Amino acid sequence: MRPADILRHALRAIFAQPLRAGLILLAMSIGAAAVIVLTSLGESARQYVTGEFAALGANLVIVLPGRSETTGGHPPLFGETPRDLTLDDAEALLRARHIVRVAPLILGGSPVSWGGLEREVTVIGATAALREVRRLELSQGQFLPPADFEQAMPVCVLGEKLRQELFGNRAALGEWVSIGDRRFRVVGVMAAKGHSVGIDFDDTVVVPVASAQVLFDTPGLFRMLIEARSRATVADAVNEARQILRARHEGEDDVTLITQDSVVGAFDKVLRALTLTVGGIAAISMLVAGILVMNVMLVSVTQRTPEIGLLKALGADGPLLRTLFLVEAALLSLGGGGLGLLLGWLGIGVLQGMYPDFPFAAPLWAPVTAVLISLASGLGFGVLPASRAARLDPVLALSRR
Amino acid sequence: MIELSAIHRDYSVGDQAVRALDGVDLSIASGEYLSVMGPSGSGKSTLLNIVALLDRPTAGRYRIDGRDVTELSERELARLRRENFGFVFQFFHLIPRLTAAENVEMPLVLAGIAPVERVARVAEALASVGLADRAGHRPDQLSGGQRQRAAIARATILRPGVLLADEPTGNLDSASGREIVQLLESLNAGGTTLIVITHDAALGERARRQIRLADGMIVSDSDDRLPLLEKGGTGSGSGETFGADNAPGCLLRGEGEQGSCGTPVDAPR
Repeated sequence: MRPADILRHALRAIFAQPLRAGLILLAMSIGAAAVIVLTSLGESARQYVTGEFAALGANLVIVLPGRSETTGGHPPLFGETPRDLTLDDAEALLRARHIVRVAPLILGGSPVSWGGLEREVTVIGATAALREVRRLELSQGQFLPPADFEQAMPVCVLGEKLRQELFGNRAALGEWVSIGDRRFRVVGVMAAKGHSVGIDFDDTVVVPVASAQVLFDTPGLFRMLIEARSRATVADAVNEARQILRARHEGEDDVTLITQDSVVGAFDKVLRALTLTVGGIAAISMLVAGILVMNVMLVSVTQRTPEIGLLKALGADGPLLRTLFLVEAALLSLGGGGLGLLLGWLGIGVLQGMYPDFPFAAPLWAPVTAVLISLASGLGFGVLPASRAARLDPVLALSRR
Repeated sequence: MIELSAIHRDYSVGDQAVRALDGVDLSIASGEYLSVMGPSGSGKSTLLNIVALLDRPTAGRYRIDGRDVTELSERELARLRRENFGFVFQFFHLIPRLTAAENVEMPLVLAGIAPVERVARVAEALASVGLADRAGHRPDQLSGGQRQRAAIARATILRPGVLLADEPTGNLDSASGREIVQLLESLNAGGTTLIVITHDAALGERARRQIRLADGMIVSDSDDRLPLLEKGGTGSGSGETFGADNAPGCLLRGEGEQGSCGTPVDAPR
């Protein structure tokens, strides 16, 4: 029998039972669509998170007080370490060869009020360097003026959301707001950025780091962001920073340095594993669909017993009958897989429409794998019915009406 | 040329062995018109299946044109079947989802013949059975006689040497039955060996050579060329056809064969 005729025969057998074919297609396509949508979600989450971190700048190194090895768990926030990171440490790092910028940070919560309105927000003590390090955009005015780290100034930069809450449509620039028990003049407003890794800059106020030290009465820094001269020198910058800080901390390695690459790498690994897991769970549904294919094909073999007997009488041998039924199962499951691709892409399109900011995209391997799994499960579960058809005794098959 | 010698066929039904054929010797020359008659359970269908290479004998030798086919592989049997035998069944066995033309085409498709050639041969075969104008109809749109004619076109399209008809008129009214018999006999007149299996005496007696089976043995053969021990009885045999139905051995055999001994004729299966 010619391959084209085998294909045609199988297709006609499929179209002869539209309900049966429809059910198999439905089951298989749901499985395939689930694989595609779920892996797309996982992959998108991975890209989103790593993208956000990458947006911080590939040259970025984060310096945390305390050593992660000794504390375990999360890096400590305040006062858990024997020695704080100080502004002097930050200034010392500035002298390193491979470091271009150092942005010391202090974080604290405090009420901010203006004209009878008050809002509890995160206050960030920072320097002018923060703007470059975090690539902050301003919608109005200027960022903190360049100055010595120790120089406290009564100026602040508002996040867009905070500005909206306090000032509404009125001009904010030049106004004096109260933060805690001190007054600061608004010199700039940051452009809305949406969520950013770590800190939501939209609902914050940025003040000079020395002012924040006074405000919160703490000499210790929350962390420092260091920018290396180039991506290639990140490792050198880390070593330099470590040496400088060790020298300043009486020979103790009591800081943790995190590079951008290590953070991105960790998230990348975790989210990739997550993607594979949800994809694998979805793939199980395709195996279930394969069992459905087997069940329906078995019923079909029973129903078509006289036809099988006839084909044998007309000169078809067992292997040919096996091929015919396997091709039928393969076509059904491939059709289901193909339909699943369409459904999956449709689903991704709908999700993208609902969440335009989130980068939905199925990884290339997802549709390929989905179709391959559907084919494999169709063929795998088609073997039993096909063999049964091939083994049917033509005498018995023909004797039934 | 078909030669069966000492063919036995045993079935096991549960723990009971049933002997469907018990030492059948039969030789059929090319171009013969042969009828095989006998009551239900006499072994007619088993004999047909063995001749048609659909079933293998438990013991004995089967030669086609001098070639021993008893031990051939399934693939070779399938090919021999395709080349040598055409089948006409009581229930037509047309594939319901295919049109008459596609049903007739099926042996050509299975034989791997090119589509271009198939079209012409199908048209020719349909025309030869008077179904040219019904080519696009599915079996459920055809009358019983038309279905059987389509089945005959299918059986003959590969021009087999032997046509095996198992109760070809069993499911037809008498008028279409006559047409079918005439069609089959005209094919025989053209040189095709025709073997008709039937319990219908009127149909069976049209054959030039008539064989009667009972209890898995040939009890009469109208062909005088072959001296058969079993041959005896009345020779013409018209009266005793159904008499053997009440033979005691029949009850044991009933389950091995497709029919039931309690009914005097083959009930629709």
